[in-house]
Amino acid sequence: MAVEPASRTAVQGAFSGTALRADFPVFESSTKQGRRLAFLDAAASSPKPRAVIDALADTYAHHYANVHRGIYELSEDATNRFEGARRKVAAFVNAPSEREIVFVRNATEAINLVAYSWGRANLRPGDRVVTTQLEHHANIVPWQQLTREAGATLDYVAITDDGRLDLDDLRAKLADKPRLLAVAHVSNALGTINPVAEITAMAHQAGALVLVDAAQSAPHMPVDVQAIGCDFLALSGHKMLGPSGIGALWGRRELLDAMPPFMTGGSMIIRVTLDGAEWNEVPAKFEAGTPAIAEAVGLGAAIDYLTGLGMHNVREHERYLFEHAWAALGEIPGVRRLGPDDPDTHGGVISFVLDGIHPHDVATIFDHEGVAVRAGHHCAQPVMQRYDVPATTRASFYVYNDLDDVEALAGAIRATQQIFGA
Amino acid sequence: MDNLYRDFILEHYRSPHNKGVLDPHDLHFADSNPTCGDEMSMTLRLDAGKDRIADVAFDGRGCAISQASASILTDGLRGQSLDEIRALDPKELLDELGVPIGPARLKCALLSYKVLQGAVQGSEVAWPAEAEAVG
Repeated sequence: MAVEPASRTAVQGAFSGTALRADFPVFESSTKQGRRLAFLDAAASSPKPRAVIDALADTYAHHYANVHRGIYELSEDATNRFEGARRKVAAFVNAPSEREIVFVRNATEAINLVAYSWGRANLRPGDRVVTTQLEHHANIVPWQQLTREAGATLDYVAITDDGRLDLDDLRAKLADKPRLLAVAHVSNALGTINPVAEITAMAHQAGALVLVDAAQSAPHMPVDVQAIGCDFLALSGHKMLGPSGIGALWGRRELLDAMPPFMTGGSMIIRVTLDGAEWNEVPAKFEAGTPAIAEAVGLGAAIDYLTGLGMHNVREHERYLFEHAWAALGEIPGVRRLGPDDPDTHGGVISFVLDGIHPHDVATIFDHEGVAVRAGHHCAQPVMQRYDVPATTRASFYVYNDLDDVEALAGAIRATQQIFGA
Repeated sequence: MDNLYRDFILEHYRSPHNKGVLDPHDLHFADSNPTCGDEMSMTLRLDAGKDRIADVAFDGRGCAISQASASILTDGLRGQSLDEIRALDPKELLDELGVPIGPARLKCALLSYKVLQGAVQGSEVAWPAEAEAVG
């Protein structure tokens, strides 16, 4: 079945997804049913290239010791590699300084850190915080908890029918002078790319700090904290070819300096006596205990891999696949596509609903066809409520995907419809 | 392909038995599977002795597994006593579906059981152990 894009602007990027498949060991074997695996769930978590797996194994095998305090060679080596990874993360997001990069477990922890540390020290009763209706729960629930405890109010920016943030509603919410705006760069449920630089400027004019949830953007496009202008940014390593258990919070130096610690214990102190403790400087102040040393090095290797491809090329590659997939799905009767239909504002994530067929059934049949997608609410129940659906089926693309995967997606939809007699 | 969606399940999904709402009814309960949004309610009418099921209906929207499971479960309820219902083994319902249910779909398959037990109890019951294969 030929797959033609409705728009003629689709141009294949500078690399071939098909060729990159060979870098990912998970594609070496076929599925249990003997099928070629079409992995379309990077938005949940991404497969790992051999370079990242090797970096992890190599660290544990030859370069592992606790960091920062050991005076012996192995510890200095491990520390250099760990801090080297921090520098890579800083460069990846164009942070002014590597000292503004805090290693955490994932974007969820990064957001919780800001809520606990900045939020509890700064929010007063009657204050307002703003988030949006298209956020992942990680960028909703911590603010619900914080505002509830602080006696503050949480507002939500509304979504338009085609899945964009309603900027008029944002303006209205900013008019109430919130202390902070927490917003996703890219929606994990809809794929919407939000104009975060423009949004940040609006928020700053209203006197609000801005936290950007980059979990779905940092893996897939250039992310530049200085160009965006935000105050905090959260990312997850496991979504960007890196190991699980490692992520990063970027924060403006002056904000991080003023914030009290999140977790306390070893490494984040300079001096401890029976009377109390003196905090270490940033970023150490926010990195209590032994960090995920090998995982940080693995994240550095993932950044090397992505930087080698070029993040602009990654974006173009996904835009190419999105255009083909969006057009292919648009040609199948009984498929309702969610989110903007403009490839400039829609990343490599497509949520869709099949008439009369529940997403769980869709995903199960897709599994038999060798197509891995996610069915459910995607930790974005407010989005599901906005579109009055219990769940959607979501396909998400990444560097190793190609047009065969797009055809597999369309084929699996037709197979599902056939089984249900739709 | 694996016959999870073989005709038996699809038949119950397309033409579910006992779909609807009983009015009047003696027992009623509604519950959902939050992980995927299956919603289900059940209404039951008891016999003159108020001990045995005279009639049953289920309603709601959800995946094929949850709907087929409710259709199959409710088929066997008429004439059963409340004690017999409390003693129902969830494994038997899974067996009656006739196909292996993967861990991520167990709650879909057992939602009808949970709703039924909630109706008999008069309040929400915990998921049976068989549904908790995954976190």
